[in-house]
Amino acid sequence: MPEVSQQPRQPAELPPVGREVPLAGFRTLLYKEVLRFWKVAFQTVAAPVLNAVLFLLIFAHVLDRHVTGYGEVDYTAFLVPGLAMMSLLQNAFANSSSSLIQSKITGNIVFVLLPPLSYREFYSAYVIASVLRGLFVGAGVLLVSIPFVHLPLAHPLWILAFGVLGGAFLGSLGVIAGIQADKFDQLAAFQNFLIMPLTMLSGVFYSIHSLPPLWQDVSHANPFFYMIDGFRYGFFGQSDVSPWLSLAVVGFCFVALAVLTLAMLARGYKLRA
Amino acid sequence: MTLPAIRISGVTKRYGALQALGGVDLEIEQGEFFGLLGPNGAGKTTLISALAGLVRPDGGTLEVMGHDVVSDYRNARRRLGVVPQELVFDPFFSVREMLRIQSGYFGIRGNDDWIDEILANLDLTAKAHQNMRALSGGMKRRVLVAQALVHRPPVIVLDEPTAGVDVELRQGLWQFIRKLNRDGHTIVLTTHYLEEAETLCGRIAMLKGGRVVALDSTANLLQRFATHTLSVRVERPEIAASLGGVNGEAGWMEFAFESYHEVEPLLARLRETGAGLIEMRLGEPDLERVFVEVMHSA
Ligand SMILES: Nc1ncnc2c1ncn2[C@@H]1O[C@H](COP(=O)(O)OP(=O)(O)OP(=O)(O)O)[C@@H](O)[C@H]1O
Ligand SMILES: [Mg+2]
Repeated sequence: MPEVSQQPRQPAELPPVGREVPLAGFRTLLYKEVLRFWKVAFQTVAAPVLNAVLFLLIFAHVLDRHVTGYGEVDYTAFLVPGLAMMSLLQNAFANSSSSLIQSKITGNIVFVLLPPLSYREFYSAYVIASVLRGLFVGAGVLLVSIPFVHLPLAHPLWILAFGVLGGAFLGSLGVIAGIQADKFDQLAAFQNFLIMPLTMLSGVFYSIHSLPPLWQDVSHANPFFYMIDGFRYGFFGQSDVSPWLSLAVVGFCFVALAVLTLAMLARGYKLRA
Repeated sequence: MTLPAIRISGVTKRYGALQALGGVDLEIEQGEFFGLLGPNGAGKTTLISALAGLVRPDGGTLEVMGHDVVSDYRNARRRLGVVPQELVFDPFFSVREMLRIQSGYFGIRGNDDWIDEILANLDLTAKAHQNMRALSGGMKRRVLVAQALVHRPPVIVLDEPTAGVDVELRQGLWQFIRKLNRDGHTIVLTTHYLEEAETLCGRIAMLKGGRVVALDSTANLLQRFATHTLSVRVERPEIAASLGGVNGEAGWMEFAFESYHEVEPLLARLRETGAGLIEMRLGEPDLERVFVEVMHSA
């Protein structure tokens, strides 16, 4: 006879463990996401900084006398904030998207789906970690370029505002891409056919005033243009369009994307099938 | 009457043309050690996933300790610990880091006393600082069990926790799970090792094609479905066959019977007919037999 076929007994009250801390779930997920890239900072921060510096050396040398930035601003100086912002944006995207797709493919995404984390906590943790990685990389590019170029800092708060908002926009886009993609190559396609062209064609390497009118109009439809133009305004105090317009466009784009991403997460799209 | 630990009513789930769950109703009391059995693809993992909020059911409701897993998911998930069937791990962290992080996800800090206790019980103390990547499969499985317990959930669901685990750990694991059960945790277990389920579980549900096809205490299931067997080896098997014996393994003939009263007359007939008894043995009903019968008749 089986030895344990008795009636269920009245269960004892189980004593709680540890201390309950408000928002501990969100804070832990954020900590984990930051640790995830920080533990491999050589690949996630140092490598993209090196990349940007190579761009800087080559482009500044080749293009210095051919391309115009803003009026009297030296081209190399003009280029540096653009490269810093481009790296910031690309790495913010890479952070959330690669973290999510890795977790999905290895299956350890269940570790964040089983606990009582709300979809808002989930979203905030992934996006904030992405912003932080973007800021680290952006700051790295600026620091490394100090020996090559004199950069003014006209309005540091604008720099921070565009860095954070742009990073949040791309971090959010990374959440969508990471959830949508089932394989690494789908993610790579997203990166190569959307993120790369949009960042490259956003005025990183030139002022759009140097473009023919048609391409100027096209650039105005690219939200990345406003991110980079506004970011650059923080350094030079001049820009292709008003920083307030850029702030409005980038702010609006971020809010719209955040609403979309949160709606996806709330429905459990692809994560809770 | 206390709240049931788990209440599942009318749960359906469809994957395309496949009906993975076809209306499951199940109630599990607090303090039970409950077995969820069924062949591959029966829907056990899907049901557990629905309970854990990993899968959204198409219809029906699920509650953990009275909390709906969709509308009141925070309270439901705090009370539930799930050991997933797939052997998953996060290669970025050590065992202890992983358990601390998992505690944090459940809103808990300063949990090291309990973490130490879990590690000791699962024989993982020596591995606490190792990276997850460096652990063997069985060790990773233990960490999965540990992760499910960090928030000391009253309800613990283990989806095939002993797959790929060596004998020693199996014993150790069951000892620990039994202790948790004695301490008041409700345990739900799926396994394909039916002897395990037979000795551990007080009550059992059998699933087939997404439906519950049997639900009873283990003792009742053993009585209700299974028959005893008398196996004999005889000099003239054709005589045994004419008396209703069927061919069993390796030349043995098997007779099924309901009660021990039937044994003596049967042996008498074998003697009278000159079958020439060489060897005999009695087979107790076991869960494997019950399982096979239930799956055939369902
Ligand atoms: N994500 C999915 N997409 C499509 N079909 C699925 C999915 N998950 C499960 N199924 C199908 O649902 C059915 C039930 O699967 P489930 O994993 O619940 O079975 P199980 O009882 O846990 O089996 P096992 O003993 O092999 O673990 C199977 O036929 C399976 O193929
Ligand atoms: Mg399964």
